[in-house]
Amino acid sequence: MSKPSGIMRATLVKDLRLEWRSKDAINAMLFFALLVVVIFSFSFDPTAEESRHIAGGLIWVAFLFAAVVALNQTWARELRNQVLDGFRVSPAPPNALFLAKAFGNFIFVAVLEMLMAPLFVIFYNLRVIGSFPQLLLLVALGTWALVVNGTFFAAMSLRTRSREIMLPLLLFPISIPAIIGMVNGTTAILTGDDPALFWIVLLATYNLVFTTGSLLLFPTVLHAE
Amino acid sequence: MAANSSAQIAPIISIAGLIKHFGRFAALRGVAAEFFAGKIYAILGDNGAGKTTLLRSLAGLAQPTRGTIKILGGTPRQVCAELGYMAHPTLLYEEMSGMENLRYFGKLYGITDEKRCEELIRAVKLEPTLTRPVGQYSQGMRQRMSLARALLNNPKVLLLDEPFSNVDMRSGREMVELLTRLRTEGKTIFVVTHQASLLDGTADEFIWMDSGQIVTRTRTLAEGITNE
Amino acid sequence: MNRTFFILAGLTALLLAYATYAALVLAPTEQTMGDVQRIFYYHAPSAWTAFLLFFINFIASVQYLVRPSETADRFAKWAAITIGVIACVAPFFIPLPAGIEPSAVATTGLAVPAAYLLIRKYFSDQGTDILALSSAEVGVVFCTIVLITGPLWARPVWGIWWTWDVRLTSTLVLWLIYVSYLMLRRFSTSGETPKLAAALAVFGALDMPLVYFSIWFFRTQHPQPVIGGGGSIDPRMLRVFALNCFAFTCYAGIIVWFRYRIERMRRDVEETEALEALLEPRGTKSGGSR
Repeated sequence: MSKPSGIMRATLVKDLRLEWRSKDAINAMLFFALLVVVIFSFSFDPTAEESRHIAGGLIWVAFLFAAVVALNQTWARELRNQVLDGFRVSPAPPNALFLAKAFGNFIFVAVLEMLMAPLFVIFYNLRVIGSFPQLLLLVALGTWALVVNGTFFAAMSLRTRSREIMLPLLLFPISIPAIIGMVNGTTAILTGDDPALFWIVLLATYNLVFTTGSLLLFPTVLHAE
Repeated sequence: MAANSSAQIAPIISIAGLIKHFGRFAALRGVAAEFFAGKIYAILGDNGAGKTTLLRSLAGLAQPTRGTIKILGGTPRQVCAELGYMAHPTLLYEEMSGMENLRYFGKLYGITDEKRCEELIRAVKLEPTLTRPVGQYSQGMRQRMSLARALLNNPKVLLLDEPFSNVDMRSGREMVELLTRLRTEGKTIFVVTHQASLLDGTADEFIWMDSGQIVTRTRTLAEGITNE
Repeated sequence: MNRTFFILAGLTALLLAYATYAALVLAPTEQTMGDVQRIFYYHAPSAWTAFLLFFINFIASVQYLVRPSETADRFAKWAAITIGVIACVAPFFIPLPAGIEPSAVATTGLAVPAAYLLIRKYFSDQGTDILALSSAEVGVVFCTIVLITGPLWARPVWGIWWTWDVRLTSTLVLWLIYVSYLMLRRFSTSGETPKLAAALAVFGALDMPLVYFSIWFFRTQHPQPVIGGGGSIDPRMLRVFALNCFAFTCYAGIIVWFRYRIERMRRDVEETEALEALLEPRGTKSGGSR
């Protein structure tokens, strides 16, 4: 049997190749996030000074919804022709699949964030007053927090009726502390008013707890037919 | 249960009291059976008789609600490297070519040998150099590619779900020939099918299922039909 | 079993009636809030009961997940015992935030191994799952009561229905998590729903400390309405409060037990049906699954 890391790499490469050929997830995700940005701008005056204080929340809500689109897409691909069963009958370790999916989703959402960030800056007239490297770290941690649980619960929602609606129903309640951390940390850095250290520590803890939890429970969830 | 000529030999698969519920729906309601190495078993029955669930349980995909399955001395999950499973859907990525698919699934079994994949594709009468994505294959080609995928790890036990559906008569016969050849290599083969006539004279035993149970086992197809 | 159940149910009904009477009549009226405060005898015991039930759900879920594997089972058992020991010793040596008694922490900590070992000993595989299901269902009901009675009290006293304070918000999140738990159980098409649900319950429990701390820190940065306040509490009030807590716990216990029995019966019936189908002579059975 190949090493788990080899299987993980093969799965990740396969996912990226499939995405490159179909571009299902990234297109839907990008357009969705764009719509959210535009629609939000109608609900308040986006150039007002106080809108800086809600920009953090706005950005993450857009990313959160877009991430759900991506997460649903990556597993939908495994459901077509029941390819997932092909993985499940093999001796490959389930966690290799989990990590490959989580890394793949991380890449998708990170690409989305890189493409969307300039839009936010332009539409909402933003500039970073706090530390920029801190912001990068916070965004990386926040994105991992979204995708690690997202990947886990997407696998869980495969076993439910109306799968696509079940994912946010399972994911959002559990993600609340992460969302509080991302939103407040981002706002703190954007406005430069408060220190963001607590939120970074919170997100790091969240990631540690749920990455471990997912790795422990994913094999059970994958084989729960 | 029908007497088996090789009853003295230890069975390689034994199922005891197998029950599988999906929520409130009982797909299998107590299956007990033994199967022996180097035979072709045809599993027959109406839709909803539990054929596919039985096959998925043997493949380790569906966990038994009750009861046990022993294959080659272990649970299906423990011996999954020795099992080959071909589902009704193809289990192939439509956007990738046949070779790319086999290469990926090969890695899951630790098979990195390109030649093994090429041989298999030729064995099912396809061309390894075909770069078309599987999504553009004809139904018969997909079905054969799917069989190649199931044979990838050279399994001792082969589980096939409707391998002949949507395949023309000639390709169907070719597949049966291939299965006969695999049997001579000592493989045990299970075929869930609606086209039982294709296996008439080839299969060693016909397993008739109804309402989640094995109703009867017959040596010939005709015997089973008269029993009905 | 049947008789015991009905006797206990009757006793609980009497106890609950007396506790309600005590709350509405016997307890003295609060000086500043007036009669509105009496909703507390209903609100706080419901909260305590809901938390207790969610705690039981968590313990039962862990037990259900680890049971198939001997190593995991042993590991979880010792982890529970370790938690109990640490919770008994540590609070007396490390400084705790003001207002938290070390003995209270120790008692709570002891509940972990106690509940774990009891459930491990007295519940079968199916039993732990049914216990998890029924405690979650009843817990959600009590948690809903908490979330409804809270604003009813807050409106006349604070002048607002709701505030995003730590306790309120984390209770709301807890409720959300358990509602999603029940939805998962309802929407699942898997034959292994209990495992999926147990995994979600464990995730929810891991989440709660993070929820609490994140909201706590979030809120300390922002102005807050003043909640609670000093002043001494009449011992009669405390007595009525304790009585109500006890009555509610018994009440929840009876309902969970009842729910447990119904679910158990339902599963037994299903199983009997499946087994009867086995015994029927071949060929004559009805094609139920067709």
